[in-house]
Amino acid sequence: MGRFVIRRILQMVPVFIGTTLIVYLLVTQMGGDPIQNLYGEKPVPDNIRATLTAQYHLNEPWWMQYWYYFKGLLQGNFGESIQQGRPIAELLAEAWPHTLKVAGVAFAFELVVGVVAGVLAGMRRGSFIDNLVLLSTLTVIAVPIFVLGNVSQTFLGQEWGLFPVSGTDDGLVSYLLPGLVLGSVSLAYIARLARASVAENLRADYIRTAKAKGLPKSRVVGIHVLRNSLIPVVTYLGADLGTLMGGAIVTEGIFNIPGVGYQLFTSLNVEDGPAVVGFVSLLVLVYLITALVVDMLYAVLDPRIRYE
Amino acid sequence: MRGANSAKWVAGAIVVALAATACGGSNEKGKEGEGKGKAGGSVSVGISEPKRLVPQTTTESEGSQVLDALFRPLVSYGAGNQPVEDAAESITSTDNSLWTVKIKPGQKFHDGTPVTAKSYVQGWNWGAFGPNAADGNYFFATIEGYDALNPADPDGAEGPKKAPEPTAKELSGLKVVDETTFTVKLAKPFADYKTVLGYTVFYPLPDAAIKDIKAYEQAPIGQGAFKIEGKWDHNKSIKVVKNPDYTGTNKPNVDSVTYKIYQKQETMYKDVVAGALDVIPQVPSSELANAPKQFGERFKSSPASTFQFVSFPTYDKKYSKPEVRKAISMAIDREEITKVILNDSQAPARSFVSPVVGGYRDNTCGDSCKFDPAAAKALLDKVGGIEGNKINIGYNGDGGHKEWVDATCNQVKKNLGVECVGQAVPQFAELLTQVEQKKFSGMFRMGWIMDYPSMENYLGPLFTTGGSSNYYGYSNKKFDKLVEDGRAAKTSAEAIKLWQQAEDVLVQDMPVIPLRFGKNVFAHSKNVSNVEMDLFNRVDVTKISKA
Repeated sequence: MGRFVIRRILQMVPVFIGTTLIVYLLVTQMGGDPIQNLYGEKPVPDNIRATLTAQYHLNEPWWMQYWYYFKGLLQGNFGESIQQGRPIAELLAEAWPHTLKVAGVAFAFELVVGVVAGVLAGMRRGSFIDNLVLLSTLTVIAVPIFVLGNVSQTFLGQEWGLFPVSGTDDGLVSYLLPGLVLGSVSLAYIARLARASVAENLRADYIRTAKAKGLPKSRVVGIHVLRNSLIPVVTYLGADLGTLMGGAIVTEGIFNIPGVGYQLFTSLNVEDGPAVVGFVSLLVLVYLITALVVDMLYAVLDPRIRYE
Repeated sequence: MRGANSAKWVAGAIVVALAATACGGSNEKGKEGEGKGKAGGSVSVGISEPKRLVPQTTTESEGSQVLDALFRPLVSYGAGNQPVEDAAESITSTDNSLWTVKIKPGQKFHDGTPVTAKSYVQGWNWGAFGPNAADGNYFFATIEGYDALNPADPDGAEGPKKAPEPTAKELSGLKVVDETTFTVKLAKPFADYKTVLGYTVFYPLPDAAIKDIKAYEQAPIGQGAFKIEGKWDHNKSIKVVKNPDYTGTNKPNVDSVTYKIYQKQETMYKDVVAGALDVIPQVPSSELANAPKQFGERFKSSPASTFQFVSFPTYDKKYSKPEVRKAISMAIDREEITKVILNDSQAPARSFVSPVVGGYRDNTCGDSCKFDPAAAKALLDKVGGIEGNKINIGYNGDGGHKEWVDATCNQVKKNLGVECVGQAVPQFAELLTQVEQKKFSGMFRMGWIMDYPSMENYLGPLFTTGGSSNYYGYSNKKFDKLVEDGRAAKTSAEAIKLWQQAEDVLVQDMPVIPLRFGKNVFAHSKNVSNVEMDLFNRVDVTKISKA
């Protein structure tokens, strides 16, 4: 196991360099004009353009630009945002806590409600609960997230006043509604995954054995069925954690949460290369680490899986 | 009814202005009496994240909204948008080229340091110094000695050579005379210079700003009616509180204003409906139809300085005949588009300068901007139609222009029988680049927001040869001379006469088709009253009060 982890961590290095390079190229070589974007619909005076071009190395070849960026990164310096003129490290430090809270609410919501609903449905296939879960998840999957977000904001926030409409002024309560909206789509998938997997495992040989041995039902379901059924769910959850962080773009926009999604969206809009790469790099790290954790969890869930 | 035609709209604007002054007046006298505007309390105003909060580098509306609360301008704009001394005691000149600015004594910055002539000179020098790359840098170009601070790049910004180092750090045209007086020597005389000085970039900077501009930007220190509390909480909020040392006459009614920062106007709108926010300065277009029902009296509009037009590329022979341009203009029904597509959030335009500036005349464009499909078709037929019988209107896809461009095209198609296509370019910057490189074939939309209320601010940048926003390359010697002469005129009144003559030249040439003038379309919650907005899309926070 130890060797496996070390090998995986070493593999992350080239993956990280590769992805940041690709993202850097995509953003900086799109052919846009980040300096014009600073000025909106007004012309950029030539002398200002010259100063900013030199300051951000915009007239040098891309590999030099990437080298400056990477050199900074090695020294723990993410560079400076062209648009906001502030250190990207500062932007990251401001944005991450918000996104972590939204994603945390979403993650807890989909994990608890999704798994419970899925297991219940899987245990009693064809029952009322099963149909209810199938129907409600189908609805959630079919509705785009911005519709879900806007509708719940209008009714639960603006009309009925159950939740704050937007912003982060009300502490953790502010993150509830956006978190629920963000988690809802994944919740639907998790419920369906868990349902299928539980239903399948209920018919497995080892469950029949366990039942035949006279084990109490709680132990059969709790230990034998559940543990094995969770493998696909955990895989999905792992990949989903990264998506939650990045995919918060829509939800954070609707609910006015100044998190990663929002920063990423605005930076992309104005072709602020350094800022985009900074935020994406950290998202890449989140993906890599969750992938590693998921792989390690397999071994915990299913003792037959061994890593060498 | 609003915006049925330009004349009515202008009349409406005057009524709004009168009502506003009336309110202000009653307020100062009997604060408790009428229950109109209680003193004290805190209010919130929605904004987007400002880009910068240093005056010399703030040229967009969000940042200048915040700085408007924190600073007191040299001049503010009174009746008819004429400049009135505010922080300045007097601004005088005998030849319109050497200006003497005396500031009112006894003013203090929020950190307790006195506001002196030096505060202005050091602020302006900072803004004019090329390597500081301040957004408002070009505003100082009229002052003598600007070139030494901003040497030209020998091979252009794109070239490999770097621009030479500036040879000076201070504008030679700025001189401190004594504690409260300084002089500004302009490179060329400019009659309306006093008007210019109300703009954000001409605010003073305290010593603290010069010492550490980055730290200063996070908590700007001004000399205005409000001072910042805490720091700029990025992407969340900026709070300002009443400044007890403020000596200006426009003392605020409320104790504090919180600028809440929003990513989307739609969210801002929902918050105002729910009462979690007090003022939305711009009602999103998606809610324009709902807003009157939802807000009633609290849904308002007032004039703004925006000017929307469609311009013709001078490099494209297709549009070289003025008759062709006039025919297209006459085929457009401005009223229908503003009403049906834009829900009266803008007003039809038939002049080349906005009604908010002195010297504006209604309908200078005359018959060429009058909707007359038959005459338009006849005029076009007379000159043999349009080459290829097809035109296109370019617009930036990121700015919400598709609907009106398509509608305009449909009108041209219907009324002239000419094929017309709206052509989206992803971003405005890209559109500008294509036009500058003469790669874009076709007409394209443009907009202009003024920097200071003067005809010159429309005519100069947009239409003079080499004007900073004259992307379409319009050039007419007679026009240039008239604008130039207007700048050099002895008085504002004389200048206006010359500029009006210049505008008449535009009417003959029709380098652009005037389409619409902007409005502030805003709404507020039940918690506040006396909500007014100025020409720069800013909420007047000294007037606003709790309901």
